[in-house]
Amino acid sequence: MVHLARGALALTAALLMTTAASAQQRVLTFTTDNNDPAPKAAWEQLVADFEAENPDVDVQMNIMDREAYKTAIRNFLTTDPPDVANWYPANRMAPFVSAGLFLDISDVYAENDLTTKLASTLPIVTQDGKQWMVPYTYYQWGMYFNRTVYDQVGATIPATWEEFLANCEKFKAAGIDCLTTGSSQLWPIAGIFDYLNLRTNGYEFHKALTNGEVAWTDDRVRATFAEWAKVLPYTTANHAAIDWQDAVPLIVQGKAANYVMGNFAVAAFKEGGMTDETLGFLPFPTINADVPRAEEAPTDAVFIPAGAKNVDDAKKFMAYVARADVQTKLNAALGQLPVNADATVGEDPFLKAGFEMLSTTPGGIAQFFDRDAPAEMAKVGMEGFQEFMVRPENLDAILDRLEKSRARIYQ
Amino acid sequence: MPATGRLTQRKLAPWLFLAPGLIMFMVYVIIPIFQSMWISFYDWDGLGEARWIGTANYVELVDDDAFYTALKNNVIWLVLYMLAVPAGLLIAIFLNQTITGMRLYKSLFFFPFVISQVVVGLMFSWFYAPNFGLFYSLIEWLTGSGVAILADDRYVTYGIIAAGLWPQIAYVMILYLTGLNNVAPDQVEAARLDGAKGWRMLWYVILPQLRPATFIAVVVTLLGALRSFDLVSIMTAGGPFGSSRVLSYYMFEQALSEYGYRMGYGAAIAVVLFAIMMIFISGFIWKMWRDETER
Repeated sequence: MVHLARGALALTAALLMTTAASAQQRVLTFTTDNNDPAPKAAWEQLVADFEAENPDVDVQMNIMDREAYKTAIRNFLTTDPPDVANWYPANRMAPFVSAGLFLDISDVYAENDLTTKLASTLPIVTQDGKQWMVPYTYYQWGMYFNRTVYDQVGATIPATWEEFLANCEKFKAAGIDCLTTGSSQLWPIAGIFDYLNLRTNGYEFHKALTNGEVAWTDDRVRATFAEWAKVLPYTTANHAAIDWQDAVPLIVQGKAANYVMGNFAVAAFKEGGMTDETLGFLPFPTINADVPRAEEAPTDAVFIPAGAKNVDDAKKFMAYVARADVQTKLNAALGQLPVNADATVGEDPFLKAGFEMLSTTPGGIAQFFDRDAPAEMAKVGMEGFQEFMVRPENLDAILDRLEKSRARIYQ
Repeated sequence: MPATGRLTQRKLAPWLFLAPGLIMFMVYVIIPIFQSMWISFYDWDGLGEARWIGTANYVELVDDDAFYTALKNNVIWLVLYMLAVPAGLLIAIFLNQTITGMRLYKSLFFFPFVISQVVVGLMFSWFYAPNFGLFYSLIEWLTGSGVAILADDRYVTYGIIAAGLWPQIAYVMILYLTGLNNVAPDQVEAARLDGAKGWRMLWYVILPQLRPATFIAVVVTLLGALRSFDLVSIMTAGGPFGSSRVLSYYMFEQALSEYGYRMGYGAAIAVVLFAIMMIFISGFIWKMWRDETER
């Protein structure tokens, strides 16, 4: 009997302790898709710093696979939403905001003066006049190249499209792919299309096209594809069978010279053995000199789901992620650019080049084809790009199909 | 009173025993079928408000090139997947001998059916992979230039079907091996006395006795072909530019994938796929019913 009573006492004590612990520490659940080693470590550090500053909050980070996250988000937002999650702004957030699945965080923006500190990205996180997301990073896209093969064939770093194509002749003679990509996941070639389009027709046209205001059968769209056709003979032949990571070794091993990619690829190039001396970066070459230079720089952001349980701490977390010193540290670890205007850019040469390029852009900064265009249009569009790369003779049929989709999607 | 009580009990009992199964079947199969049909008349992104649009989804489907590509691929799948039946029979007959270590050979042949379809898909992806894949290198050695099967819209569907046939043949083989165990030895003996051997023996004596196994093999192969989804998803995700899509994958893409915000359109594709399956399923049910009532 004594034993039993003592056991009961211990049990009660244990129960009391757990309740005491949970009363002291409030749980903040954070679901994210940053499962690559570097971003994962960067976010774990950020969470640890946040907990150190807020000892009464216990952040539980739940990391998911990046590709699976893109479909899982709809399930967990409607069934069991976390307190904080990450996603992409602009058109990718629009359906969720319209469905009332995001929490309005305009008050976080007002209290922390974020409308000025995050001014550059304000338009893409604003919908219906309210703010829905806090951007924490962005990164440039451009042309990454292997300096060794440039020296090997005696190519000069191109500033214009003609120079680039002239280099391609030299690479072809040496049996090297001038331009490589992996299109099995489709999005890498959307970067190529965007740049060709931005250089041929400019940022305003890009915006009009992704907003559905211009016909896909328009002559200006055809002009973009005509430029693309010029580089197709020099592009890696089996791009449709590989994804973007599979094309990285081609650059590393010198089997290909140029790769249109986002700055996150630098980590992969360096893992393959390239250094700041052998890996080069250049802005996408000029096609039409009359078009003001515009660049592509997708932004990533965090948000609070409408069904969040711990809204107060989630808002604290939003304000924390928006802070200049936090963004400086996070992006130094991510190898990307901070959004907060007061934050400082890391020492990495590619980051500096990217920051330099983006901060001097006269034309405008695009998000990315699949973020500026609605999801359905992005899908059929990117499929059309891939078909064009494999079967350029089908261009008319492709453009007719895209035009038909445009008529339906933007109605 | 006890007599009527027993009568109702006798009437009621089977239903009570059937109830758990029936309820499950209603909740997980029958009701979702009608829900899908219902959704196919809506424009719905899966998140917000659904909007009634009548038959507009079906009208669009009739005019959708991607739908016809998927439909055509489904037909190719149906036809070529049937090769698993004769191939499985051939291997089963070949393996139906008594020599030492036969169990080992049988399990080796059965191996592809045991491993997951995802693994099969990955293995064949590497097999076809440009520059280092076995098949690619073989073609390169034979013809001088390699063909990346999964990147070529002309060959991609055949490449995936070949991957699907590998485990399917093993499955059919097992069905036939068990069937061969039940072949009456006295009939074989009698046929042998009458001078039957080789093809005639197979065609007139063995095959008729294998009819139940053949029936099951055809059914599972047909439905397997129509359900083909995992291999397409793993090996190509429907690409290049949608040329290896089948109806089930197209439905998934439209309704549930990264860019899929069209529940209604996806449901309409599902209804069409269901209608095609119904043709075969009702054929099978009719045959089974006929066989049972004749006996």
